[in-house]
Amino acid sequence: MRKCSLEKINLLFKEIAKNAELYLPQDQTDGSAAYKKWEEGSVWSNALNTVRSPKDFFFPQTEDLMAFKTEGKNIEVIDTRKALDDFVIFGVRACDVKSFDILDRVFLSEPVDSFYALRRSHGVIISLACSKPSETCFCKTFGINPAEPTGDISAWKTETDIFFESNTQKGKELLEKLSALTEECDDTAVVDQKAKIDAIMQKLPLKDLKTDAFGGGKTGELFNAPEWDELSEACLGCGTCTFVCPTCQCYDIKDFNTGNGVIRFRCWDSCMYSDFTKMAHGNNRLTQKERFRQRFMHKLVYYPENNDGLFSCVGCGRCLVKCPISMNIVKVMKKIGGKKGE
Amino acid sequence: MQKITREQLIQKASELLENGTVSAVLGWGIGEFDYDVTPTVFSTVEELRNGFVFNDFCGANFSKYLVKKTDKIEGKILVFLKPCDTYSFNQLLTEHRFDREKVYAVGIPCEGMADIAKVKAISGDGIAAIGSNGDKLTVTTLYADEPVVIAANDVLAERCINCKSKKHVAYDELMGEEGEVIESNRFDEVARLEAMTADERFAFWQNELSRCIRCNACRDACPACTCEKCVFDNPNSGVENKSPANEFEEKLFHIIRAYHVAGRCTDCGECSRVCPQNIPLHLLNRKFIKDMNDFYGEYQAGAEVGSRAPLVDYTTEDLEPGEVFDRRENNA
Amino acid sequence: MQVNEYKPLIVAFCCNWCSYAGADLAGNNRLAYPADVKIIRVPCSCRVNPMFILRAFQRGADGVIICGCHPGDCHYTSGNYFTRRRMAALFSMLDFLGIEKERTRVEWVSAAEGAKFAATMNDFVATVTALGENKRLEDLRCKK
Repeated sequence: MRKCSLEKINLLFKEIAKNAELYLPQDQTDGSAAYKKWEEGSVWSNALNTVRSPKDFFFPQTEDLMAFKTEGKNIEVIDTRKALDDFVIFGVRACDVKSFDILDRVFLSEPVDSFYALRRSHGVIISLACSKPSETCFCKTFGINPAEPTGDISAWKTETDIFFESNTQKGKELLEKLSALTEECDDTAVVDQKAKIDAIMQKLPLKDLKTDAFGGGKTGELFNAPEWDELSEACLGCGTCTFVCPTCQCYDIKDFNTGNGVIRFRCWDSCMYSDFTKMAHGNNRLTQKERFRQRFMHKLVYYPENNDGLFSCVGCGRCLVKCPISMNIVKVMKKIGGKKGE
Repeated sequence: MQKITREQLIQKASELLENGTVSAVLGWGIGEFDYDVTPTVFSTVEELRNGFVFNDFCGANFSKYLVKKTDKIEGKILVFLKPCDTYSFNQLLTEHRFDREKVYAVGIPCEGMADIAKVKAISGDGIAAIGSNGDKLTVTTLYADEPVVIAANDVLAERCINCKSKKHVAYDELMGEEGEVIESNRFDEVARLEAMTADERFAFWQNELSRCIRCNACRDACPACTCEKCVFDNPNSGVENKSPANEFEEKLFHIIRAYHVAGRCTDCGECSRVCPQNIPLHLLNRKFIKDMNDFYGEYQAGAEVGSRAPLVDYTTEDLEPGEVFDRRENNA
Repeated sequence: MQVNEYKPLIVAFCCNWCSYAGADLAGNNRLAYPADVKIIRVPCSCRVNPMFILRAFQRGADGVIICGCHPGDCHYTSGNYFTRRRMAALFSMLDFLGIEKERTRVEWVSAAEGAKFAATMNDFVATVTALGENKRLEDLRCKK
């Protein structure tokens, strides 16, 4: 384990940024935090987490896939992929690190998504333990420990220092490069902080949320549950929950006519939208109830069915904070799960 | 901080349910915490007792829900309307968006709603409970040893700081005392931006709009946005886009969104309340309102049913588009 | 030697009954105005949706001008009165967002005013040329 004084943190950022682009949560003018590229003078945010999740780094909201140019009867296909340099994402919380595993299972299983794979292979993740989880946090429900974040390097921040432990070869190499600014140390302070986090976790209001009622094979049982009507009643059909979610991975592929060619791009899609997965025959989910149900069934039933029981939610709580009408996965789990959800 | 209590509202709703005046109640449903309130339809007194809540976080404007709910429900639906909601209510009636006969509207007084983000900025994160006592909020958190006491006025939602009216412009029955239309300073921020140079304004909006994630919450929550099919959802419109691919698309969406409700926007502020990225979208709407007041005379959308909005009206003496800027320069 | 002189692209929405005929007259009278003005004929100036204007900018226009019958002379009685209000609101909003106000304009040109049409276009092109390329409402994808 190595540590660095918080007084020297900017020197550390500078050192990392010498070799790779460094992104870390920074405060925006509206008071919320977002991952921004580190530049001289950038200030690391104190916020618990960013509004947008770090999935953007691997699966950006819009991305060009290819372009076409037509001349007479010829169509030229242009590969828009660009070479990518290594980049470092600093301060990723345990929940968000776990979300990368969930995305990996979608994008890195055959056929591999080469756009995602390229970004993933160039990203180095420095995670950060949560010393002050929010009341909206429920990562524990999904087996995530905010005191033990994974990623290439794990970090713990105390009042005075920041501690690092590498978990992968990539992480080890990066830590070695930072050896001039860090010093070897024992793990007393970190053990102490882990205990504090564990104690807080026992006090969180959502600590007892259970997933027992959900998982693969529950489609028949849950699909026609009468509770969906009531739960979806107030849903506005906006895409806030899906767009702030670190694990939502649905996208649409569209063509943009530039006037002198076509750009084929993909962009995030939301199951909450009326034209989600619209096909030639029309739309297969006609009501907001069906669209609403799709989102939660996907996270709690369909995904685990295809992925060894792994749920596609990490309990980051973004949707709890941001939903305009405060309807969210926790309320769904408690209502549908009934007694089992308590 | 609210003068009317949950118990009074439940009692009123129960009476109306029991005497058959209404068959359902559109109200605020209790959440996981003391601040996450969900619009909910209640059908029985028992449901009301278990799930109805009224506190300082009941900001959602119910008027738009009436468009869908009145179609579904047999008999009348009871809706509780804060003063600002009544303007949207009237505006929707003006546009014939729901059947007035199917609604029983109860006007309730409002002392202004709190913004949970502002509460957290003072109390810190990890809220365990929020209590209300007179004009104070008592916030218990997981991290502070003592509850934090906050003056309700310090955490008022932006739209409530600049409240335009405490007067109900529509109701079947009124609870509590009727208020007055207020001389607010709601156009001050618009005026401040107008006084900037074009470059400064461009930089301001570039920064604000760059945060847009195109979740469409501003549109979906807006009581004036009730098109059956929005142009931005129509794949054949040529502008349907699920994400802002670049700065142009951010501007296109927000200009057209605000323009489409210009003259119909009652300035209820839902767009800014629901924006997950805290973009001050109400400023775009207020710009239109301010301009139209300025160019064509004072007009408040929703103040009365059937009024003619400035953009569907004209006089032969209107000012020319080119004169708009001279006029501002002369005024300044 | 070739000089790379900046030539703006102007989109002119002209109403079928007055301004389009005015443009015709300008042509018949051999009155010169820059070829960078692309005329789009619309049935009435009030047919111009704000979206048309924004999309013209997206697709490379540096200036957009809307021409209709003089107030009081609308073929449909009141169309241009609505145009007048709508465009006043829209242009003011564009200005509010920091987009150069000189890039948009409304002019009333009758079928008899060929000379006014040419003069208006010359003046507008000169104004936009002085402003330079539209950067604040551009879509880079359309400029490749």
